[in-house]
Amino acid sequence: MGIIDKLNKDFESRVRLGIMSVLMVNDWVDFTEMKTLLNITDGNLASHASALEKSEYIEVKKEFVGKKPRTSYQVTALGRAAFKEHLSYLEKLMKS
Amino acid sequence: MNQKHQEDLAHIRSMMERSSRFISLSGLSGVFAGLSALIGGLYVYQLFKVNGIEYFTDDHILLSGNLVSHLFLTGVVILVCAFVFGAFFTIRKSRKYNLPIWTSATKKMLFNLAVPLVAGGIFCLALIYHGYFGLVAPSTLIFYGLAVINAEKYTFSDIKYLGFLELILGGISLFYIGYGLIFWIIGFGILHIIYGLVMFKKYK
Repeated sequence: MGIIDKLNKDFESRVRLGIMSVLMVNDWVDFTEMKTLLNITDGNLASHASALEKSEYIEVKKEFVGKKPRTSYQVTALGRAAFKEHLSYLEKLMKS
Repeated sequence: MNQKHQEDLAHIRSMMERSSRFISLSGLSGVFAGLSALIGGLYVYQLFKVNGIEYFTDDHILLSGNLVSHLFLTGVVILVCAFVFGAFFTIRKSRKYNLPIWTSATKKMLFNLAVPLVAGGIFCLALIYHGYFGLVAPSTLIFYGLAVINAEKYTFSDIKYLGFLELILGGISLFYIGYGLIFWIIGFGILHIIYGLVMFKKYK
């Protein structure tokens, strides 16, 4: 099995890479901030975030601030490990 | 294929950077903050002269209460000018590069900056209250240096060099009471202008 096959398919999309990168260096990040950081639409973020949640790479928290609902994301231990592995494969690929 | 991976890595790096650090801080903010301090400092020098104090020839400068409140007001005006210019150029830069401003990184940076600044502000007010006017300028430099070093984690990390220089300058000026204005002009005026120009060139 070549090194390229080892790359995590869950991280193929740029948006998912972005979400994971932001969460690697921050604690809870809320929906609006994530959206402006990645410069993407609501729907786009929601669908990619729920895919990452399904893989158990991120944790989603929904709460109410006053009357407004707020969604925030945090990376899980599994997600952190998977992303680190993905990064090291990417770096290895660059060197070879 | 290789191209895509390279872009992936670049994307990861840039997302980590822009989400954890306040990178909209414009070099021009520093330059104009420095200019405000420089003009303010020269105004104070002029003020001394009008009040019959020759800054560079008189050995001991005794400040009257009236003059102190005038100096205090000047300081506040300089601070407001520096802040307004700082905010203006930073907001302009973030608009230009389409960077979000009010992020958690910004809030963290401001909080880390504010803690030593507020403590320093109270300390300086107490110095004025007790009549230790000569220690005010060194103290502002020291606390400002500490604030900048403290905020370094959440913005361009080069800013820490500015912080260390302010801190060292403040430390030296503690031993040259009566020359506070000169150290103050160097620290808040000249250092800011140099820092701002370097940053402006580097992160344009």
